[in-house]
Amino acid sequence: MADDVTLTIDDREVSVPPGTTIFNAARRLGIDIPHLCYDPALGLAPTSSCRLCLVEVEGSGNPVPSCSHPVAPGMIVQTNTPHLRETRRLIIELLLSDHPHDCLTCEKAGACDLQKYAYACGVKESRFASEQVAVAPVQDGPAIVYDRSKCILCGRCVQVCHEVQASRAIDFLGRGFDTCISLPPGQTRDESACAECGNCIDVCPTGALTYAGAEGGGRAWEFEQVRTICPYCGCGCTLVLNIHDGRIVHITGEPGLGVSKGLLCVKGRFGTDFVGHEQRLTEPLIRTGGELVPATWDEALGLVAERLTRIRDTHGPDSIAGLSSAKTTNEENYLMQKFMRAVVGTNNVDHCARLCHASTVVGLARAFGSGAMTNSMDEFELADAIFVIGSNTTECHPIIGAAIKRAVLSGKTTLIVADPRAIELTEFAAVHMQQKGGTDVALANAMMHVILAEGLQDNSFLAERTEGFEDLARAVEPYTPEMAAKITGVPAALIAESACIYAKAEAASIIFSMGITQHTTGTDNVLSLANLAMLTGNIGRPGTGVNPLRGQNNVQGACDLGALPNVYPGYQKVDDEASRQKFQKAWGAKLSPNVGLTVVEMIDAAADGRLKALYVVGENPMLSDPDLNHVEEALKNLDLLVVQDIFLSETAQLADVVLPAASFAEKDGTFTNTERRVQRVRKALDAPGQALPDWQILCDLASRMGYEMHYDHPSAIQDEIASVTPSYGGITYDRLQEGGLQWPCPDREHPGTPYLHKGKFARGLGKFHAVEFIPPREPPDDEYPFVLSTGRVLQHFHTGTMSRRSDVLDTLVSVGTIEIHPDDAARLGIADSETVRVASRRGQIELPARVTERVAPGTLFLAFHYREAPANRLTIAALDPIAKIPELKVCAVRIEPRPAAKS
Amino acid sequence: MTVVAAKPISSPAALQRKREQLGKQRSGPAKRVRVCIGTGCAAKGSRRLYELFVEAMKESDMAVEAVICVGCHGFCQRGPIVVVEPGEIFYQQVEEPDVAEIFRETVLGGRVVERLLYEDPVTDKRAKTAAEIPFYRAQQRIVLAHNGVIDPTSIDDYIAVGGYGALAKALTAMTPEQVLAQVERSGLRGRGGGGFPTARKWRSCRNAPGQPKYVICNGDEGDPGAFMDRSIMEGNPHAILEGMALGAYAIGSSQGYIYVRNEYPLAVKHLRGAIEDARAAGLLGQDILGTGFSFDIRINRGGGAFVCGESTALMASLEGRPGEPRAKYVHTVESGLREKPTNLNNVETWANVPAIINRGGEWFASIGTEKSKGTKVFSLVGKVENTGLVEVPMGITLRRIIEEIGGGVPDGKAFKAVQTGGPSGGCIPAEHLDTAVDFDELTELGSMMGSGGMIVMDEDTCMVNVARYFLNFLNAESCGKCTPCREGLAQMLAILDRITHGEGRQGDIDRLEQLADLLEGTALCALGKTAANPVLSTIRYFRDEYDAHILQQRCPAKECRGLFRYEIDPEACKACGLCLKHCPVEAISGEKKVPHVIDQQKCTHCGTCLDKCPFGAVLKV
Repeated sequence: MADDVTLTIDDREVSVPPGTTIFNAARRLGIDIPHLCYDPALGLAPTSSCRLCLVEVEGSGNPVPSCSHPVAPGMIVQTNTPHLRETRRLIIELLLSDHPHDCLTCEKAGACDLQKYAYACGVKESRFASEQVAVAPVQDGPAIVYDRSKCILCGRCVQVCHEVQASRAIDFLGRGFDTCISLPPGQTRDESACAECGNCIDVCPTGALTYAGAEGGGRAWEFEQVRTICPYCGCGCTLVLNIHDGRIVHITGEPGLGVSKGLLCVKGRFGTDFVGHEQRLTEPLIRTGGELVPATWDEALGLVAERLTRIRDTHGPDSIAGLSSAKTTNEENYLMQKFMRAVVGTNNVDHCARLCHASTVVGLARAFGSGAMTNSMDEFELADAIFVIGSNTTECHPIIGAAIKRAVLSGKTTLIVADPRAIELTEFAAVHMQQKGGTDVALANAMMHVILAEGLQDNSFLAERTEGFEDLARAVEPYTPEMAAKITGVPAALIAESACIYAKAEAASIIFSMGITQHTTGTDNVLSLANLAMLTGNIGRPGTGVNPLRGQNNVQGACDLGALPNVYPGYQKVDDEASRQKFQKAWGAKLSPNVGLTVVEMIDAAADGRLKALYVVGENPMLSDPDLNHVEEALKNLDLLVVQDIFLSETAQLADVVLPAASFAEKDGTFTNTERRVQRVRKALDAPGQALPDWQILCDLASRMGYEMHYDHPSAIQDEIASVTPSYGGITYDRLQEGGLQWPCPDREHPGTPYLHKGKFARGLGKFHAVEFIPPREPPDDEYPFVLSTGRVLQHFHTGTMSRRSDVLDTLVSVGTIEIHPDDAARLGIADSETVRVASRRGQIELPARVTERVAPGTLFLAFHYREAPANRLTIAALDPIAKIPELKVCAVRIEPRPAAKS
Repeated sequence: MTVVAAKPISSPAALQRKREQLGKQRSGPAKRVRVCIGTGCAAKGSRRLYELFVEAMKESDMAVEAVICVGCHGFCQRGPIVVVEPGEIFYQQVEEPDVAEIFRETVLGGRVVERLLYEDPVTDKRAKTAAEIPFYRAQQRIVLAHNGVIDPTSIDDYIAVGGYGALAKALTAMTPEQVLAQVERSGLRGRGGGGFPTARKWRSCRNAPGQPKYVICNGDEGDPGAFMDRSIMEGNPHAILEGMALGAYAIGSSQGYIYVRNEYPLAVKHLRGAIEDARAAGLLGQDILGTGFSFDIRINRGGGAFVCGESTALMASLEGRPGEPRAKYVHTVESGLREKPTNLNNVETWANVPAIINRGGEWFASIGTEKSKGTKVFSLVGKVENTGLVEVPMGITLRRIIEEIGGGVPDGKAFKAVQTGGPSGGCIPAEHLDTAVDFDELTELGSMMGSGGMIVMDEDTCMVNVARYFLNFLNAESCGKCTPCREGLAQMLAILDRITHGEGRQGDIDRLEQLADLLEGTALCALGKTAANPVLSTIRYFRDEYDAHILQQRCPAKECRGLFRYEIDPEACKACGLCLKHCPVEAISGEKKVPHVIDQQKCTHCGTCLDKCPFGAVLKV
């Protein structure tokens, strides 16, 4: 470390590290130099274009821009001389010369930097008043409005779009006085690379970029700002809810804060208006005479308590099952599984992680001893190589997608993508392996074959940290790239190239998601990736690891807190006697030693009558689970279906009792994001009508069933969690005020764990598993010649319960489409946007086709968000034998133009 | 035509042998016709002249190599120019029908075609060679020495006149430090505008940590009316390559770039050919002349943005990013192209280097003034008799350039000002005509050397309008990145527009000066910092013209439409009716034999009457 540099700013001395800018040195002294184009918060490089931050440096001729000018020893700086004040005043006057003076009605008033500096400089009007830019504001999408007349061309929006979001959608157009900010000429926002993330709005210092939905909703000084965590994907970005008149007017990111450091995606920023949607459930409903009719809480919970008790007493506790929710808080998941185990007396509790990462949890636990993402989100930019397999990251985890793009654009990181579809990341990849669906084991084995053949394995890591290497070496021996090429359809050379890139990188990270997990071989797939990482020693260091990206805001937490049929909180096994004794003691109840049913098994049990009652918290199996026709029959076969939700979901519509719950914005609690970070969720609004937070409903119900359950606040629940869950042992609300904590965090002094398996695996030695390729369950045939894969789109989420009720999101993508390759479309006579019929052995749906080369010939892709065209009417409930995850990624279907309507 | 060396020249000695061999081939009174195909002459059809000469040669069974295309001679006013060897007979304003006569009389007959020689307007004497023409007499040609003499597409031509001798000398007999020392001794300063000492820049780059290092030739000549660099690139491209190779050797670089405007297709073509030929001859690329020194050059074409002549914008453009300047808190010699140490000089600077190495820094320093050494090429244009490209020793007075070389202001009009330094230079009035041309003197006068534009203005030029013209250009070329330049220039232009339309307000001059001050002090790059010079220098020397516009709504030069009247001199009017007939707004009345009158209420000042009057009876007042 070089010595600090001492300089004088406004007659005060300050010492800063060499390379510090004058601007930042001044900040150390509490001097905030006026600036417009520079936004240090998002880490944007200074462009020194507004010239407002000029300062005088003794001995240098003209003033220098403090935002970029580095300090020098003995430098004498003046930041606020009369000449500088006059200069700044003149610059503000120039900016105001063609700026509308409509602060009275401008959305940005009060938070506008131009207004702030005009006030500071005492500029009432410009000496250079000229004709104002007569261009009406442009709103070329549901959210973002650009008012060129208010644009001061500071370029922050362009910078954030290029350097942080890495979409590179907007840029300066034209030059000189006529410059404006623009999408590529001739492109609409929809056609452009714009991801509608709206980060440009956050960084705009004036009212040039605003959110259409916030117009008239209030201004800076009127907002109450509440920091909380996004309810969508597992990234866990910090949202700032700007509340006015009991409504979320708009959402902003707070620069530097949270996992995304202020960056948000389209869902987080614009997708939370569902909170105030008119269809929110506001009162309990009881099915009476076939109809769901309003009832009091006392009636509804009394009925549920009575019937659950009766069913338990008649058919035994295992005739009842509960689905917990990856959307609710850790505290609520804890209470739900406690309710099922301690009150009902069964381990029949599961949640939708079964449908997404069950195979991850099992696979990584077997290989490493812990089933979670090994490394942290901010380490991706430290990796020399990133191998993304089965993750459409920019759409499903946009913030991580942006980080990967940034890593590639920085020149440091080489990206390898393996995906059956050409996704956005393939444009950034050095190699794209377009494997056939369900052939991942063959691909990974072949990569390991190459690594061993080339001698690229990490021998010392193998020797010191792992066991079972010989089994692996034997297993991958036959998987030459040529052999794997036949199975996967990926040219052998690309497999070899990818293997070398991955193995030769100093730090290489694997990122995967549902493309790996949602297979009958999901656990095998995960084990293969764990093998790959261990073989090259790419684990236990920053920028390495095996990183499953979790799909829901709190799916990690729901798993961690034991909403799984085989484990208590902290993955303590229910069939381990010591664990059972521990929890019996802690909860004061007798607990079942039998592993409970998983999601799909519950449906099967309901269908064949073994299961009598199902209690569903915030899940929607009627859209999310495979083979929906079967699900519907099963649910209708139940004696009692209770659904606790914020909307009358497709599942709630079948319920006997519906209980109105509070949304994420209406309660306190914690979520655990994909990188194991426990973060605070804060109450910003009152729940509508009589809706209550899930934890309060569960407490009331438990008490009615004879088990006293009472907490004053979710923090008390967390304290109980900490007492029984070692990995959460050091987590208390007072430690979560800023940033959160990454588990394992065993005690109050522990700072949290950014990456796992440092020096030693959770299970001691990392274990290699010899894995053989097994083809998917339902291969295409003459009758059903296409392979259907399902997934998500950027603008929607899960079953659409929330995102389809967001104005912006549902306007952006209002209809589901099925992707088909142009060659197939031409052969079948299918035109783009034309409605097609898609059928599998289990059901059929109709929806418009999207003809695109994103999919390979012979394959189709469909997102599962849409109730009008539910993908899961087609999917197969074939399960991974270990993790019980269904093969949602591969099934056989046929597609045809919709038969002409009969006249 | 291009004669590609059969195989690379393996050593400095082999280069010398080749030169001697070429010298022998070309000794004696060989017949040669040199047709100028510089852009000026080419625009007047000189390409066709060349073809006609070739046909004539063929018909007479002469070697077609005896007619060659050469670069700009500088005397563009008198193009197309054809010079016939032996005797250096200088034919000007040659047209197609003249070719046969020149061929018959001069090439075959050895006789001079008198009518095609330059005739001195003062003495009526005809000049047989360029040396006898006043335009050339006061010039001293170093950079342009071989322009118009050698075939720019022939590396042999360049080698024959000593080309690449400096490189061979440096690579065999000099260390990089010694090359640097010679350039230092020469006192060479950057010809691109700033006048920064070249050796100091080289040394900083040489000393900067980081590899690789780059050298760049800035051929993005963007000043309106300037064509110095274009003429060098078109007429003597190897001199630039040799200069860059010498610089690269001194700095420790092995990769160079030439950034040329796309609007200079001939320059691109000649440079490209020269690079290929030099590579083939072993004078560029790996192991040059077998000395172990390697250096290569690539050409990049600019998109025509004026600001790309600014070094950081140019480098951004080279990297494929938008051509915008960046803050120069780190100098480009330390972190330039791709964040590597980069030395950028303009075309003329590089082209000076071979001569300095050949003849020594002392020799170069003996030319010019104390702080401005050597020569400078100017493009002399505007209201001057002889427009063209001139190379003069530093220290020569403006008066000598304009009156002696330029032949003074035509049509008996009075000289008013000379604008130097390109669009962001300044206007220098008559009282300073005896100022010596020198970086510092010109700056002292509120103008600058710039890259060498020189526009002469006569009494009919409105200086406010001149300022408005340049501001209009700069405003259009501002990249828009920094506030003072983007907003300030637009406001200054709005004020000048107002003034030239007779709508100037009290305080406008103050406002202009405030904005000019802001630009100079705060703009991001040199374009912005100097952009106000045309305004400041015209206010400084011609404030009365501004006052006349603002206070009296009068344009003293009678150029600004609406700020003067058209009147018909009744004495001169012959009542022919032409003006009346052509007036588009029927503002003129009159009858036969009665002098016509303009109705000032109706007149729109279009000037048609002035153009139409055969008797000079319409006056501007």
